[in-house]
Amino acid sequence: MSAQVIYDRNGVLVVRAGDVVAKAHRPGRALGPEFARRVEIAASLPELFNTPLGPPLSVEGRTVTLERYGTPVDPHDPPWEDAGRLLAALHAVPVPADTPSFGRPARVARAVSRLEDGEAADAVRRAFASLPAWVRGDAPVPDVTDERLLHGDFHLGQLVRAGEGDGAWRFIDVEDVGRGDPVWDLARLAALYATGILAPDAWGRFLHAYRDAGGVAVPPDEGSEWTVLDMPSRALVVQIAATSLRLVAEQGRDLAPEETGLVGACVRIAELSALP
Amino acid sequence: MHCPKCHGFMHTYNRNGIQIEQCANCRGVFLDYGELEALTRMEAGYHAAPPPHWGGHHDYHHGHHGHHGGLFHALFTS
Repeated sequence: MSAQVIYDRNGVLVVRAGDVVAKAHRPGRALGPEFARRVEIAASLPELFNTPLGPPLSVEGRTVTLERYGTPVDPHDPPWEDAGRLLAALHAVPVPADTPSFGRPARVARAVSRLEDGEAADAVRRAFASLPAWVRGDAPVPDVTDERLLHGDFHLGQLVRAGEGDGAWRFIDVEDVGRGDPVWDLARLAALYATGILAPDAWGRFLHAYRDAGGVAVPPDEGSEWTVLDMPSRALVVQIAATSLRLVAEQGRDLAPEETGLVGACVRIAELSALP
Repeated sequence: MHCPKCHGFMHTYNRNGIQIEQCANCRGVFLDYGELEALTRMEAGYHAAPPPHWGGHHDYHHGHHGHHGGLFHALFTS
C-alpha cells in the first residue's frame, strides 16, 4: 500500500497509509511516561479524541503514534459550533487520575526563543516581556483553583471527523493535553478575533456554542469573557506573531498586511502595563 | 421534495438546529415558515462582545470565507 505524506514541517512527519495515520513526533518531544499517559487518556475518551491505535512506539529514537485517518476541517466552512461544543465537553469530563499537568503554555516562550533579529522581532520580544513571569517561564506556575482536562494546543487543525467526513468531530494531537486552566483552549481563537483576523461572527458562533454547552472556561454572562481571556490571548498574539515572523524569514518575503497588524498588536501590548 | 424553481432534488440539512432544504441542482435554498426568523434570531445571538483595544480589531478585516491572507496558518497550525 502506498503511503502519502500529509504533513512534513518542523521535524514532525505525518504519513497516511489507507485508513491509518502515523505521526513521527519532533525529535526530543512526546517522550516518557507522561506522554504515554496522555495517549492512554485520549484512548479512554473516544467520544472526544480520535482514538490512538495503541501506545506510542519508539522508532529509531523517535516517538511514533498511530491513529485512524480522519477528515480535516474544510477551511471554507469551519465547524465553529461543533468546535465550541467539543471543547465544552472536554472541559466537563472528570479529570482522569494521573493526568500530567498542563503547566505553562510553553509554546509561547519556545516561539519567541526562535526569533531572529529585527525591528518586528524586537516588538514581539517587548510584548513577551510584558506577559506574566510564569507564562515566560521565569516563575512557578500558579495554582489553578478549578483544574480541568484541556487540549493545550487547540486550533482548527486539531479537529478531524471519522472516516470520509460524515462522522462526529474529534480532537487529534495529545502532546499538550493536561490538567490546568481550560481558558488556554480558547486563547488562540480569541487572539485571532482580537486582532481582526477571525471574523466576529465566526468567533461569536464558536463562543456562543461553547457557553451554550456549559463551557466552564469563561464566565456565563455574555461579554464577560475578556475578564479571563485578556491575558491568555495576549500571550497567543505573541506566539502567533513569533511563529509568523519565522515563516516570513524562511520564505524571504515582506510582511503581509495581517502580519504587520499582528506586530502592531504586539507594540500596543508592550505599551500596556506589564501583567503581574 | 423537489425544487420549486428547477425541479431538482432537495437535500435536507441541519444548520444550528434549523432544518434547511437545498437543491442539489441549482443550490437554491427553501425555508419553512418561521425558519428565516429563527436564523435571524440565531445570528443576533452570535453578536460577540468587542475585544480589548490592543488587538487593533477594526484595522483590517477579512471576509467570512476568505483565506485570512498571510495568517491562514494561525487558524490551522500550532
